[in-house]
Amino acid sequence: MSLPRHATRRHLAMLAVLGIVAFGLRPAPARAAETSVAVAADFTVPAKRLVAAFEQKTGDKLALSFGASGQILAQITQGAPYAVFLSADAERPRKLAAMGLAVPGSVFTYAVGRLALWSAQPSLIDSQGKVLQTGRFAHLAIANPQSAPYGAAAVQALKALGVYDAVAPKLVTGENVAQAYQFTASGNAELGFVALSEVLQDKSGSAWVVPQTLYQPIMQDAALLKAGKDDPAARAFLAYLQTPEARAIIRGYGYGTTP
Amino acid sequence: MPAAIPLTLELAGLSTALLLLLGVPLAWGLARGRGWWVEALGAVIALPLVLPPTVLGFYLLILLGPHGPLAPLLALAGLHTLAFSFAGLVIGSVVCSLPFMVQPVRSAFAAIGPAPWEAALTLRAAPWDAFVSVILPLARGGIVTGAILSFAHTLGEFGMVLMLGGDIPGKTEVLSIVIFNDVETLRWPEAGALAAGMAAFSFCVILATLRAEARMARLRA
Repeated sequence: MSLPRHATRRHLAMLAVLGIVAFGLRPAPARAAETSVAVAADFTVPAKRLVAAFEQKTGDKLALSFGASGQILAQITQGAPYAVFLSADAERPRKLAAMGLAVPGSVFTYAVGRLALWSAQPSLIDSQGKVLQTGRFAHLAIANPQSAPYGAAAVQALKALGVYDAVAPKLVTGENVAQAYQFTASGNAELGFVALSEVLQDKSGSAWVVPQTLYQPIMQDAALLKAGKDDPAARAFLAYLQTPEARAIIRGYGYGTTP
Repeated sequence: MPAAIPLTLELAGLSTALLLLLGVPLAWGLARGRGWWVEALGAVIALPLVLPPTVLGFYLLILLGPHGPLAPLLALAGLHTLAFSFAGLVIGSVVCSLPFMVQPVRSAFAAIGPAPWEAALTLRAAPWDAFVSVILPLARGGIVTGAILSFAHTLGEFGMVLMLGGDIPGKTEVLSIVIFNDVETLRWPEAGALAAGMAAFSFCVILATLRAEARMARLRA
């Protein structure tokens, strides 16, 4: 703002040259029509594995995008070019179908998420989750209960245990369940409600698998979106998710599958 | 939401006050110093301009956390971490807004040149006195610009807060986070109202800064 005028102009010219060079170096798109799949953050690792297995089988190319389910929904309503949406809940794919943005009848449950209380410290969490009652911690991380299904499930579990009011001042909220996990893994929060799948990948620390009676089952639904209506690779991937092979991979990451 | 507006203003105000205390002496050192370290230090201070806020937030999360280098100090104060706290956000804001304070003040000091400072010292003014009664008034324009830009930048800080704050109402849930949550949960009318308010406020701040600079330039000419 207070730079001498000639300096500013020279800098701008330099930036322009850099921009042109970078544009030239930019790799050409590998394929004209890559099928784009939006995935809820909790399902990141299994999704990568499933896509790798699918690509090997079919030769189709899928591009994965990750985010909070709420964020992805907001993007889809604004015309994001995703062909397939793997949500962390059942409500958002339903909402998309109602809005005409998902193909009617394409919605199905691909995984049932499970909630775990986890700490990076080896002995902080007991096998009954009593640590929530004793309250010997400064911060408890959860995903945003308004936009992330695992956050809503965590709040339900805390209420069912009758400790919600006691721990509410200690709650810190991650944008999605992956950030709640990261708050806990970095030790800034001593413990956090995360996806069981995240705990199974990193067996350090201590964990309590929250009984499924304490929260509404986290039905994670997939949908074929309007942008993928005529995309055979998108349809094939959704069909693949329902094969016994894919369901075994999904269960291997700590998720349930519906019969 | 209602708590977020005073909280955001408090964060911006406190950060700007700290930046004045820290940034003005730093800018003076940079403007007067000679040697390779001057540009090296200047580059470090300018880093937050180009680094993504996620990088800054990530570093701060580790630095201020229970395994970071500050952990023994935190333990002395009976704290587990500075993440998820207002104090943590103040530290983060000072780091992120430092270039917005230092750059204009440094330019102002450089524009004054060495003559007034040397004249004051020749007239037997103590260095501190010369700095406060000669240099600071002459650099007033740059200091005001730096303070306004720092304040405005802190008001709009998002990435660092998202990485470090933990979204605690009344403590770390600032306006930019409220807007983000509103967008994510499809509360778009609320998000739109807050976003419009911030856009209007930022426009006024930038306009005021530009007008102040134009006036200073006219006075100098």
